[in-house]
Amino acid sequence: MGSKTAELTKERLIWIYTQMARIREFEERVKRTFAEHPGVIRGHAHLADGAEGAIVGALATRGEKDLAMPSYRCHGYPLVLGTPARELMAEIYQRRDGVCKGFGGSMHLADPARHFPGTSGIIAQSIAHATGAGLTAQVKKTGQVIYCFFGDGSTKQGAFYESLNLAAIWKLPVVYVLENNQYQAYTHVSLEDANVMAGDPLSKKAEAFSIPGETVDGTDVLEVYDAVREAAERARAGQGPSLVEAKFYRLSAHGNAITVPPVPTQFPEHESVEVYGNKAEYAEWKARDPIAKLRARLIGNGMLAESAAKQIEDRAATEMEDAVQFALASPLPDGEEAVKYVFA
Amino acid sequence: MAREMMFAEAMGAAIMEEMQRDPDVIFYGQNMAMTERDPFLKRFGKERVRITPISETAEIGAGIGAAMTGLRPIIELYMNEFMLVAFDQVINEAPRMRYMSGGQVKVPLVLKAGFGFAAGWAGQHSNCLYHTMMGIPGLKLALPSTPADAKGLLTAAIRDDNPVVYLHHYMLMLDRGPVPEGEHVVPFGVADVKRAGTDVTIVATAWMVKKSLAAAELLAKEGISAEVVDPRTLAPLDVDTIVASVKKTGRLVLVDQAPRQSSAAAVIAGEVAERGFEYLKAPVRMVTALDTPIPYSEPLENYVLPNEEKIVRAVKSVLAKQPVSA
Repeated sequence: MGSKTAELTKERLIWIYTQMARIREFEERVKRTFAEHPGVIRGHAHLADGAEGAIVGALATRGEKDLAMPSYRCHGYPLVLGTPARELMAEIYQRRDGVCKGFGGSMHLADPARHFPGTSGIIAQSIAHATGAGLTAQVKKTGQVIYCFFGDGSTKQGAFYESLNLAAIWKLPVVYVLENNQYQAYTHVSLEDANVMAGDPLSKKAEAFSIPGETVDGTDVLEVYDAVREAAERARAGQGPSLVEAKFYRLSAHGNAITVPPVPTQFPEHESVEVYGNKAEYAEWKARDPIAKLRARLIGNGMLAESAAKQIEDRAATEMEDAVQFALASPLPDGEEAVKYVFA
Repeated sequence: MAREMMFAEAMGAAIMEEMQRDPDVIFYGQNMAMTERDPFLKRFGKERVRITPISETAEIGAGIGAAMTGLRPIIELYMNEFMLVAFDQVINEAPRMRYMSGGQVKVPLVLKAGFGFAAGWAGQHSNCLYHTMMGIPGLKLALPSTPADAKGLLTAAIRDDNPVVYLHHYMLMLDRGPVPEGEHVVPFGVADVKRAGTDVTIVATAWMVKKSLAAAELLAKEGISAEVVDPRTLAPLDVDTIVASVKKTGRLVLVDQAPRQSSAAAVIAGEVAERGFEYLKAPVRMVTALDTPIPYSEPLENYVLPNEEKIVRAVKSVLAKQPVSA
């Protein structure tokens, strides 16, 4: 373990494991919904199974007031921040009890009262929004750190470069967490990134702004914690932004298949198999599951009994089953609600 | 009580006053506040007044993020064209955030930009792009024609809890006019009758208001009484005042510096056709730019754009029509 993770108490480590298990269970249940309750989820949903190391490793370093600002692959963050799973599932299920009253859907969850102001479904654009949240923290001297999460695909969009440059020149308190899951939708990162093609990590992009950049194993939640914790401390000390690249693999396809009604949608196989026919790659990364990795480590060093681990997983299963049932039972909103909330 | 001010001065006064009134208001943009001599920087300091690089996506995107989290940014963008490089942020981000969240967040943001600079700035720096921004649910749009409206609308824009595109016409910047002393707020969605008349309604915005008023003077010499209505904001758009005017005059000429099918005139004509058809004694006429990009050379540019003569001819043409039979 690194210098920062050595400070983690047993309770905190168990909390980290619990959040990872909860995210995984939630995403599994969303995926199962396509088969078990077709038509309940509309449009496009994106899952973060496999990303738990990056999500929880980063958010575990959070101070109470710090904000999480992810992209549209957003289910995991509010789960960690405290939004009831029921409200998230209900939103994804179009229900009026959804956290956004059915107005946003999977890509646009928001819970500003719990430090999650919202997302954008347009790749990379939320990086600029997070940068602005950093500006607010700086101007109002709140002491907050902004955790900005985005994928490898977004790092070829102008918004990424403009935002990091702006954060760097103004020394905004933002930690830019680059979730490199190797794929931009259906395209492997090696087909589209100049740094990767030259054999360099994506974190090399930090050099463009002369800010600290680091690549960590995103399947090791404690390695992520270590790097993000240092970046957050730098941000809080007024030293400006950092780029932390967490390398891992998402275990599901980019999203459910894009179909036009009345053709039903479903979750296809991961692109490694579906597009590239590379089952070996998928199997190799699946064996590096971040949850299994932490589980083994905590049981191995005596911090968590096997039975306690199972209890955590069972509780997560119960919690997400409840979320599904709550969402299914929640009414759809009345159509006439649609004219609300256009203007403040 | 009113004081004569230049249009540009009136805008600056609005920003000064609102920044003084509300510490959450911040102001930034390219090529501003570069040195300590800048009046905003001197008064409000480097935290609230900033210079940015040429990064409209980040400028506007950060403005959205800052607005979502408690600040009230005014972003100086200089020209409406420069918003185009960041148009996702303007059209698909700022106006959507509140709605998508089910009303949980608000985006109090002012995007300030000049437009219509018909002084040889040529194809890419002289445009009127408001048609791309009006009618976007969640976005407001103001375009003043006088110093008083410039101050009043900018004040209202800054106080509005929604994203506002505030467009100021470059050819009006040096115009002088009376501006009420003290707090002066012009509400959005309230058109202003700039000149009362009885024979024809001329609806115009920004610089075209000035041209329409000049045309009205020429028409008055020939005994034609033109009413000039300035919508002042295109979003929200005060159709009621326009229809009420058409009810009075029976004839409508719309003057717009943009080309025909990318004009606000086309939108307003559609509204009147639906809501004021019974009052029309003649078809609606639109006086707009021709369907060309804006050329550089002066005679070329003048040929393309609306002017007083074209407005006068349009008015006479609708007056020449026999009343449409009931």
